Amino acid sequence: MNAFLSLVAVLAVMLAAYVGTGVLDAKFLFGTVLPYAAIATFLIGFIYRIVDWAKSPVPFRIPTTCGQQKSLEWIKSDRLDNPHDTIGVIGRMALEVLCFRSLFRDTKMERHEEATVVYGPGLWLWIGALAFHYSFLVVFVRHLRFFTEPVPYVAVLLQRVDGFFQVGVPPVMASNLFLLAALAFLFARRLWSPQLRYISLASDYFPLFLLIGIAGTGVLLRHFVRTDIVNVKEMAMGLVSFKPAIPKGVHWFFFLHLTLVATLIAYFPFSKLMHAGGVFLSPTRNLANNNRMVRHVNPWNAPVKVHTYEEYEDDFRDKMKAAGLPVEKE
Amino acid sequence: MYDTGKIMTGLAAVLVMLTLPFWYSAATGKAVEKHDPVLPKTEKKCVESRQYMRDSHMDLLNRWRDAVVREDRHTYVSQDGTRYEMSLTNTCMKCHVERAQFCDKCHTYMGESPFCWDCHLDRKGVL
Repeated sequence: MNAFLSLVAVLAVMLAAYVGTGVLDAKFLFGTVLPYAAIATFLIGFIYRIVDWAKSPVPFRIPTTCGQQKSLEWIKSDRLDNPHDTIGVIGRMALEVLCFRSLFRDTKMERHEEATVVYGPGLWLWIGALAFHYSFLVVFVRHLRFFTEPVPYVAVLLQRVDGFFQVGVPPVMASNLFLLAALAFLFARRLWSPQLRYISLASDYFPLFLLIGIAGTGVLLRHFVRTDIVNVKEMAMGLVSFKPAIPKGVHWFFFLHLTLVATLIAYFPFSKLMHAGGVFLSPTRNLANNNRMVRHVNPWNAPVKVHTYEEYEDDFRDKMKAAGLPVEKE
Repeated sequence: MYDTGKIMTGLAAVLVMLTLPFWYSAATGKAVEKHDPVLPKTEKKCVESRQYMRDSHMDLLNRWRDAVVREDRHTYVSQDGTRYEMSLTNTCMKCHVERAQFCDKCHTYMGESPFCWDCHLDRKGVL
């Protein structure tokens, strides 16, 4: 049901784009207003979410510790899995952000025979996530050619490497195939496993369908429903230079792609996609485990009025001496 | 707020990176420059319709390549029944003489590097 709802939502977006540009010719709305509105929503929403998280109090260090803590000299500590300083934390975060280490640690529990429970590594989510994120990054960077003039060499080079096998003209991009395969897998695993299906929400399926729609329309635009990409680039350059114009001859099918992308951009700050920023702010990862090395004072503790022994002795030194009590300072 | 400096620096860096096309076009000032290819003055009509050539000339050329090199067929019959020799150098470049003035205009604009010129020479190179 959740999957079905999300699918209907994505199809509705596509239908709106088709009716708007294929039937009604509201290209200004879909080609100018919508992209700007989406980008503005993204920027404001993204900043709001990050600042909101940054304001949350973190009075105490709560890293998840997965290795030996730093203590005595002769006990070997695990610097990456139980970092005690900034360098360790940077290493840990880099591995998390670039290699998705916590997905790598995913385990799978299976029941063998009658009452034997077997735990083992479950690497498929990790592999699927890596394939998805990196191929999406490549696709993202390749699209710079539509938004920059002159096109930076890195985008041209990436395109050549991506189309290295020169299959067809325009060449098939390996990243497109990986992206579609990864998305198909990430979707299928939610349907396949009963446990996963049970915990999957509409907000899990919706971004998946959006991304499948974006990648699908993108591949179709490249290989099957071609439109004049010079016109498309002129339109994109109009947007980035704040001189928007809709050139003639852009196929309505392109607006399906654009509208889905605008939907994804606008939806980003409201969704689980915010893990892109959130991963950097997870206190269980980005804090050094130095609770026993550094004193952390809870910042909202009420100020306590203290009267130290030294002050006490200063107050009563004469009387203490008179009574024969030992004092620390004569 | 904790680590305000670090978080704000990171946030600013990400936002600048994501909005890079806006800065880039403001910096180069080349955003809305026209890159129209120079069309031949002698001919008014290409092999197929203008829109088809703009959208899908690469597919046409690829099919020509396959027909000539792999199947030894040399004549192309267009939609309106005109017969053409399937040849980039002899047919296309008879009218579109200058590669730099025609092909490269859009290809450079789009960051495309088609492999036509791995084998073909433009006329300048031959003569």
